[in-house]
Amino acid sequence: MTGLGDLFLRAMFVENMPLAFFLGLCTFLALSKRPGTAVGLGIAMIGVMGITVPLSQILYTAVLAPGAWAWAGLPEVDLSYLSLLCFIGLIAAAVQMLEMLLERFAPAIHAAFGVFLPLLTVQCAILAASLFMVERRYSLPESFVFGLGSGAGFALAVIMLSAIRARLAYADLPGGLRGLGITFMLAGMMSLGFAAFGQMVAP
Amino acid sequence: MALPRIFTEPLLGRNPVTVQILGICSSLAVTTSLETAATMAASLTVVLVLSSLAVSLIRRHLPNSIRLIVQIVIVASLVIVIDQVLQAYLFEISQRLSVFVGLITTNCLVLGRTEGFARSNPPLPSMIDALGNGLGYSAILLAVGAIRELFGQGTLMGLTVLPTAEQGGWFTPLSLMLLAPSAFFILGFAVWALRSAFPEQQEAPEHVPPEVQEARP
Repeated sequence: MTGLGDLFLRAMFVENMPLAFFLGLCTFLALSKRPGTAVGLGIAMIGVMGITVPLSQILYTAVLAPGAWAWAGLPEVDLSYLSLLCFIGLIAAAVQMLEMLLERFAPAIHAAFGVFLPLLTVQCAILAASLFMVERRYSLPESFVFGLGSGAGFALAVIMLSAIRARLAYADLPGGLRGLGITFMLAGMMSLGFAAFGQMVAP
Repeated sequence: MALPRIFTEPLLGRNPVTVQILGICSSLAVTTSLETAATMAASLTVVLVLSSLAVSLIRRHLPNSIRLIVQIVIVASLVIVIDQVLQAYLFEISQRLSVFVGLITTNCLVLGRTEGFARSNPPLPSMIDALGNGLGYSAILLAVGAIRELFGQGTLMGLTVLPTAEQGGWFTPLSLMLLAPSAFFILGFAVWALRSAFPEQQEAPEHVPPEVQEARP
């Protein structure tokens, strides 16, 4: 149990997707202008990553991993080079499914997400979580916790950044720094702050 | 638009990273050294040009409703090829790039150009546009990579430029340059410099401060 809790905190703070690995920066920077949209994006990220990472884990161990076809008499078949294509398809399908389910059973939440759900298909952080899962050989419960933790870390970072940007909307910045420039600086400072968490889960 | 102009525009004036905000995701993590940055830049340019060509060739037969998934499959297939080539010939670098080669698939730059340009233009202009954007992306990537490697380790492409104190030289490496925050700061300053040089790229202020007269005694 401590292992899983440790993994969650590690994925959320120490290996924070946007601030430590620069993943999902496009949406991180583009959708952090208003705290309201940032909260919607954050919740969507937690949901999608919590679903897709364990699904990818099942798909990888059952079909793609080297030796997965041993039961069919083909022990030397190694389909892992196809994992990228399969994960992308899986993420697109999962996002589409989540969207349809929400639209049918929870229209209010669906309306709150707006356009963000389909956008998440091409989110680097989600695909990266699946690829990290393969590289680090997580088991099924571990990958579920890892997905949730990474999503929560992304949500935390994007909500904090949007709060700072909302305050800065009234600041008189130099022209060249307005918008993207200052957002990079802010992200850099937040990244410095998150680097302090590196000591938290250290062995 | 004339062909040379399609090529030169994304290099500085409409640079994909600093103006269009595309493809930042994977561009920062691989810039701790010039070598990985160069590999990444070359892989991305190749994928971008080839996927633009492929999408542009099938643009008249592509149904609108499934175009995104078709484009992603084309890009993902090309990325798999690049990944396998890197693993075969440049194994050490491919280990250091880790998952980031695979992440070219979800690089907003590739999908942005196939969706925004190649889908509605003939093959030749599409490829030239892709090449221009790829080189514009590479320029930023190489600049950031060079700065981080030079000041973080005192080397360029693994060759010693600034002899470090440990090796008997005078330069003390700035270890911050190898950590994540420095990439954000360098890119922020790059954006600042570029937008000061090209004022037409600046974003409009969200809130205009009211003109206030100075109080007179």
